[in-house]
Amino acid sequence: MSNRTDDHAEPNYWMVWLALAVLTAVELLVARAPGPKAFVVFSLCALALAKAALVALYFMHLKFEKYALILIVMSPLLLSAIMYIGLVPDAITHLHWLPH
Amino acid sequence: MNEVERYENQLTPGWGKLMMWVFLCSDAMSFAGLLAAYGAVRLGSSNWPVPSEKLDVPLTALNTFILICSSVTMVKALSAIRHGDRKGFLGWLAATMTGGAGFLGIQAYEWTHLIHEGMTIQGNPWGVSTLFGATFFILTGFHGCHVLSGVIYLSCIFARGAQGAYGAENYSPVEIAGLYWHFVDLIWILVFTFVYLIS
Repeated sequence: MSNRTDDHAEPNYWMVWLALAVLTAVELLVARAPGPKAFVVFSLCALALAKAALVALYFMHLKFEKYALILIVMSPLLLSAIMYIGLVPDAITHLHWLPH
Repeated sequence: MNEVERYENQLTPGWGKLMMWVFLCSDAMSFAGLLAAYGAVRLGSSNWPVPSEKLDVPLTALNTFILICSSVTMVKALSAIRHGDRKGFLGWLAATMTGGAGFLGIQAYEWTHLIHEGMTIQGNPWGVSTLFGATFFILTGFHGCHVLSGVIYLSCIFARGAQGAYGAENYSPVEIAGLYWHFVDLIWILVFTFVYLIS
């Protein structure tokens, strides 16, 4: 069986690295930014997911994998989303940081 | 091509790589569970501290940057061996291991500092939620164990590579080890945001 799985143009890894470094710096700025707490939390989560996606797509080469493998890899994300949604009803009854 | 090979080829060329992905999926669920539990206890606590007041965020940001750098050196190592550049491969891989070891060293320093301040898995001297220490040590400790395993794993790959085991036509073990290492980086990105940055 052939070992070669990556018959695709090599991504510019340094650009991905730069994007990750810049996004990390932005995260640090956003974490200190004044403003609505919910907006800051949402922004930080979005930035973290964007960074995670960059790592998965380009460093782990998921962008260049076969469709079936991508579906397999996506399954934990779907299950995790279901788990988090399941926790929402309990969590919103315990939100201490929102103004009452 | 028999039926097994045909299905295998539809999915991905290489069972080793596929099995690593399956392992990473299950490992991702472990971390998802830990992060969900962290979120639940944090939201349910009325006296959760502002993390940046108790934890060293700039130092951990530096650690995050080190791990990101180690990810790029890992892909450069894979790229080098794919092109048959064994010397470059070993150099980039050594840089990756150094990054991993550096990450562990800084994390050990951070843990030591916090423990000296009185924060343990059972409590803390600040009068805030006792679960702050428990969740912190469990989450970062579980991830740290992954980093340690990764450094050991990469050391084995390095030793085999130094013996000439890999080349332009045989780099699959390097690619599989790289998947693990990038996963460790990916998880840390999430842990850093949820544990250190969100206040």
